[in-house]
Amino acid sequence: MSIAIIKYNAGNVQSVLYALQRIGANAFVTDDPAQIAEADKVIFPGVGHATPAMQYLVERGLDKVIVGLKQPVLGVCLGQQLMCNHSEEGDTTCLGIFNTEVKLFVSAKPEVKVPQMGWNNIYDYQSVLFDGLDKNAFVYFVHSYYAALCKETAVTTDYILPYSSALQKDNFYAVQFHPEKSGTVGETILKNFINIK
Amino acid sequence: MLTKRIIPCLDIKDGRTVKGVNFLDIRDAGDPVELALLYSQKGADELVFLDITATVEKRKTLVELVKRIAANINIPFTVGGGISSVDDVSVLLQNGADKVSVNTSAYKNPQLLKELSDAFGSQCVVLAIDTKKEADGEWYVYLSGGRTKTDTKTIDWAKKGVALGAGEILLTSMNNDGTKNGFALDITSLLSKTLPVPVIASGGAGSMEHFKDVFENAHADAALAASIFHYKEIEIPDLKKYLHQQKINVRL
Repeated sequence: MSIAIIKYNAGNVQSVLYALQRIGANAFVTDDPAQIAEADKVIFPGVGHATPAMQYLVERGLDKVIVGLKQPVLGVCLGQQLMCNHSEEGDTTCLGIFNTEVKLFVSAKPEVKVPQMGWNNIYDYQSVLFDGLDKNAFVYFVHSYYAALCKETAVTTDYILPYSSALQKDNFYAVQFHPEKSGTVGETILKNFINIK
Repeated sequence: MLTKRIIPCLDIKDGRTVKGVNFLDIRDAGDPVELALLYSQKGADELVFLDITATVEKRKTLVELVKRIAANINIPFTVGGGISSVDDVSVLLQNGADKVSVNTSAYKNPQLLKELSDAFGSQCVVLAIDTKKEADGEWYVYLSGGRTKTDTKTIDWAKKGVALGAGEILLTSMNNDGTKNGFALDITSLLSKTLPVPVIASGGAGSMEHFKDVFENAHADAALAASIFHYKEIEIPDLKKYLHQQKINVRL
C-alpha cells in the first residue's frame, strides 16, 4: 500500500506522518503529479489561508491532478475546505469537488469564540470513515471557516450552527477536524480510510 | 458541543519535567515523554510543554524532545520557552508541535505576534502572560518567568496581543501558582469576557472544585495544571467524571 501526502505551501505534514506510523502505515510526501496519481491512497492536508493555498495548487497544476484522482482521497482541515466550491476566506474559488460553500463562523456571544478550538462531537455518521465508533465521538477541531450542510455531508457537528464536519462523494472523503490529533477516535478514522478497498 | 479542555503542563528543565512553587524551588517530576503518553491515555485534551529555563539561560527549546513527544502522543500540544523568531517556530512546527507559546519575547517585540500569525496562522500562536495582582488591586504583566515586573496592565497587553495575532491566551496567576488555593477567577473572567479568543487559566489548581469554578464562574475555555497531575493528587479521569456530573461539558 502506498499513501501519498500532497506537499504544498499550507502547513506541515509531520503530525499526519507520525499518526500514520502509529497505526502501522507508511506514507510519503510529494508534489509530483505522477507519484500522486499512482499512489493507492492520497491525503490532502492543510493548515493556513485558502487564497495562497489555491494559488499554489493552480500554479503547479495540482488542482487538476486532485480533481482527476480515482483512488480514495482524504482532505483534512483546509484540505476539506479547498475541496468545496468556494470559500469566503479571501473570496477564493476552490476545487469544486463538493457542492457546498465554505463560510466564516459568526458568533453572536462573546463567550463563543472564533476559531472553534478544541474537542467537539460528531453525529449522524454517513460514511465508512466512522465505522466502529461510538455515537457522538469526540474529535479535535481548530478552524474559523466551515463547510455548510449539503447532500454530501458525511458527518455533522454543532458549533454556532450545524455544519459538515466531514464530506464524502464517490472516492473523495474530507474531514474538518484533525484525525491525526484526535486520540484513538482519530486513529480509527485513519484506519478506516486506509482500509477502503 | 465544544468541550472545556483539561491541559496538563510539562515544565521542562534539562530534558526533565519539573514544577516550581511560586516559580522558584524547582523539584524533579519525571520523564516528559512518559508523562505525555500517560496523560494522553488518561484523557488529557491537550498538553503544554514549556522549557522554563530557556529565556533566562538563552537556550533554544529542545527540538529533539518535541520530536519524541510528537511521535508518541495523539493529542495536540503547545511548545514554549525561548521562542523569539519565525525561524524558531518553523522548526518546532515542522517537528510536530501544533502551537507555540511566546511570552517575554513577544512583550519586548510585539511585532513577533504579527509575524508569527502571518506566517503560520493565529491558531498556532499562544500568548502566555504571567500576571500578578499588586497592592493597588490591579493585575500587571511580569516577564522572564516572573522575575521582572512591568507597568503594563494584563488586560491591556492581552488585548494588544490578540489584535496583533495571538490566537489564544495562556494566563498564569503568580499569586495563585503553587498555592493549590484555586485559580485567579477575577482576571481570568475579565479576559474571557473581553477577548474574542480562548483563554487558558493557569496557576492554583488544588481540587476538582477549582476546575469547576474556573469554567463556570470565570468562563475559562481551558484549565492548565502541573503538580496535581504529576504527583497524582488528582487523576484526569476522576476530574472529567466529576466535571461531567457538575454539568460541565467535557470529553469523556
